[in-house]
Amino acid sequence: MRVALFITCFNDTLLPGTGRAVVEVLERLGHTVDFPAAQTCCGQMHVNTGYRAEAAPLVRRFAEAFAGYEAVVTPSASCAGLVRGTHPALAERYGTAALRRQVAELVPRVHEFTEFLTDVLGVTEVGAYFPHRVAYHPTCHSLRGLRLADRPYRLLRAVDGLDLVDLERADSCCGFGGTFAVKNPDTSAAMLADKARDVLATGAEVLCAADTSCLLHIGGGLDRRRGGVRTLHLAEILAATAPGGRR
Amino acid sequence: MTDHHGLVWLGTPAFPAAARAALADPVLRGNLRKATGTIRDKRLAVTGELDDWEQLRAAGAALKRRTLRHLDHYLEQLERSVTAAGGTVHWAADAAEANRIVTDLVRATGEREVVKVKSMATQEIGLNEALAEAGIRAYETDLAELIVQLGDDRPSHILVPAIHRGRAEIREIFVREMARWGRPAPDGLTDDPRALAEAARLHLREKFLTAKVAVSGANFAIAATGTVAVVESEGNGRMCLTLPQTLITVMGIEKVLPDFADLEVFLQLLPRSSTGERMNPYTSMWTGTTPGDGPGAFHLVLLDNGRTATLRDTVGRQALACIRCSACLNVCPVYERTGGHAYGSVYPGPIGAVLTPQLVGVEHAASLPFASTLCGACYDACPVRIDIPEVLVHLRARVVEARRRGRRTPGAEALAMKAAALVLASPQRLAAAQRAAALGGRALARRGRIGRLPGPLRAWSDHRDSPVPPAESFRAWWRRTREPS
Repeated sequence: MRVALFITCFNDTLLPGTGRAVVEVLERLGHTVDFPAAQTCCGQMHVNTGYRAEAAPLVRRFAEAFAGYEAVVTPSASCAGLVRGTHPALAERYGTAALRRQVAELVPRVHEFTEFLTDVLGVTEVGAYFPHRVAYHPTCHSLRGLRLADRPYRLLRAVDGLDLVDLERADSCCGFGGTFAVKNPDTSAAMLADKARDVLATGAEVLCAADTSCLLHIGGGLDRRRGGVRTLHLAEILAATAPGGRR
Repeated sequence: MTDHHGLVWLGTPAFPAAARAALADPVLRGNLRKATGTIRDKRLAVTGELDDWEQLRAAGAALKRRTLRHLDHYLEQLERSVTAAGGTVHWAADAAEANRIVTDLVRATGEREVVKVKSMATQEIGLNEALAEAGIRAYETDLAELIVQLGDDRPSHILVPAIHRGRAEIREIFVREMARWGRPAPDGLTDDPRALAEAARLHLREKFLTAKVAVSGANFAIAATGTVAVVESEGNGRMCLTLPQTLITVMGIEKVLPDFADLEVFLQLLPRSSTGERMNPYTSMWTGTTPGDGPGAFHLVLLDNGRTATLRDTVGRQALACIRCSACLNVCPVYERTGGHAYGSVYPGPIGAVLTPQLVGVEHAASLPFASTLCGACYDACPVRIDIPEVLVHLRARVVEARRRGRRTPGAEALAMKAAALVLASPQRLAAAQRAAALGGRALARRGRIGRLPGPLRAWSDHRDSPVPPAESFRAWWRRTREPS
C-alpha cells in the first residue's frame, strides 16, 4: 500500500526519530511511504487554546497536502483525533463547499499508527526485537479519544524479548494537556509528579506511548528526578530489530 | 459572599492562582485523593454490573436534550399541573428576584427560621445570606452542608460539600460552633464517624421538630403531573419535606421532565453515578398539597439565572442536561488535585468549568474553561453524556473572542498564536523555524538537556527537563535521504 506519513509539527521539529521509526516499520512490512512536503500542522494547539480562526488555514493545508492518498498515518493519537473530530466542523464553519467535501473524503482515511497496523494492515507482529522492561502509558487521546483499547498492548506483547510491565493508575492523565501545562503550571506539575512516581514504581527501563507530546512532558519530569527511565514512542520500539537481523 | 453575578464568589483569584494555594495543602490533597478514589471505585462497580448502562446513558441524554428543546412548553405545563394540585408557582429571572420571592414568602408566614434540604440552586443564588439580611435564619440539615455552615466555609463538591474536611476538623467545628446554632455537641465528642453523625442527629432533631417553614431544591419535576422529587441519603430531606407547614422549593428551569415514567431512567442513573449506590435511601415525591398530610402550603420558584442565555448556545447548552451527580468531579484529575474551592463557584469541577462561565458570562470566569487537560474522563463518566471536553474547547474560543473584542491591541498569547500560525502556514517557514530552534536549543543545553530557564519559559522548565531540538528535523532528514537532488 502507498501510505502518506503525517509526521506532525511536534515530531518533525523535536523528535524526528519517531517519524524515521514509522517509515522503518511500514517499509519492513512491504509498504511504500510518502512524505508530502506541503504538510505542516493539524492545528491542535490553536483549536484547543481557543484560536479556531487561526487553525482554519491549517485545515485547508492538511486537506490539500494529503488529497488523493488511500491512507494517511500519523504517530500521534491526539493529532489523529483532532483531524477526525474537529476538521469537519472547522471546514463547516470557515471553509468553502469544496473544502468541506475534501475534508469529509479525507478524514476516514486518517489513521493513528497503532490502529493502522492492527485494523487496516491486520498485523500485530512486525518483526521487532527489544529486550527491555517496558511500561506503556495510554495517553488520554489514545484511551478515551480514539479508544485504541488493547491495540498498543497487542503490538508490544508481540515484540521479541520485550518484558511488558503494568503501570498503576495508567488511565490517569499525566497533566500535559498542551497549553494547560503552561497556563496551569502548578496543577500540571502535581499531576506529573504522581505519574512519574507510578512510572518509577514499575521498575521499567523504558516508558512508551502513542503520543510524543505527553512523553516529552513525562520524560522531562523523569529526567528532572534523575529516574533513569527513557521515554520512546511505541513506533521506535516496533522499529528496533536484533543485531544482524537475528529474531 | 456572592456578587451581582450570583454564583461566583467575590475576590476569588483566577483558577491557576487559586489552585496553587490548594496544591500547597498536603492535608487537603490527602483528603481529596482518598475520597475521590473511594467513590470512583464504588461508581465503577455499580455501573459495571448493569448490562444496559450505556443504553440508560443514551436514554437520559436523549430525554434531557428533547426536554431542553421544548423547555417553554414543559415549564408552562408544569405550572398548570402544580397549580391544579394546590401549589403556587413563581418565576424568577435571576438570583435577586428568587431571593426576594423566597424572603417575602417566609416573612408572610411570620417565621424567623427555616430548615433547608441540601440544594445547589439555593447555594447558587446565595439564599442563606439573603435571608440573613432579612433577619431570617436558615439551618442546613444535610450533614455535609451543616459542617460547611457551622465552619463558616464554602462547599467544595456538589454532592459532598465538605469533602475537603477530615474528621478531626469536623469534630473541632462541631465542638466549637454547635452551641451557637442550637443544641451543643455532646461532652467528650470523639472524631469517630458514628459519634459525629450522632452529634449532628441530636443537633438537627431540634430543628426538624420546631421548624414551620422548609426550603428545598429539586432533582426533578414532572410537567405532566406536577410532581416534584428530591433524592437524598440521610433522611433529613424527608423530615424537611413533610414536617413543616410551608414548603418552598427553588428549582432551576432545566430540571423539568415531561412524564412520570421518565423517572425510571433518572432514578437509575443518579444514585449509581453520584454515591455509587444501586438505590439511594430516600426518594421523596410530592404533588402540590394534600389536606392533613404534609405541608399545607407549597411554593415552587422556577429559577432562570442565566439558563435561558445558555440555551441559546447550541454547543454549550448541553451543560443544562446536568443532573448534579458529580461523577465528573470524582474522576477529574484536576479536581482531585485542587479541590472545589479553586473553581470559585458553587459549581466546581468539569461541569462547573462549563456551567459557571455560561451562567455568569465567559468574561467573568475566563480561566475556568482552561482548567482542564481535556483528558475526557468526565465525558466517559457523565450519566447524560455531556461532552464536557467539546464544550470546554468551544468556551475557550468564546473567551478568546471576548478578549479580542475587549481590547484594541492583541495580548502576548494572541500574538504568539498568530506568529505560530504564520510559521505553520508554510513548510518553508516551518523549516526555517526548525533550524532556528536547533541553534537556540543547543545554546541553552547543558549536558545534552535543557534545564531550568528564566522568564516566560519557567512555567514549563521549573518542573521538567527538555531535550535539545535535533540538528536535523524529520523533513530535512527525508529530503537528504529520500529525495537526493
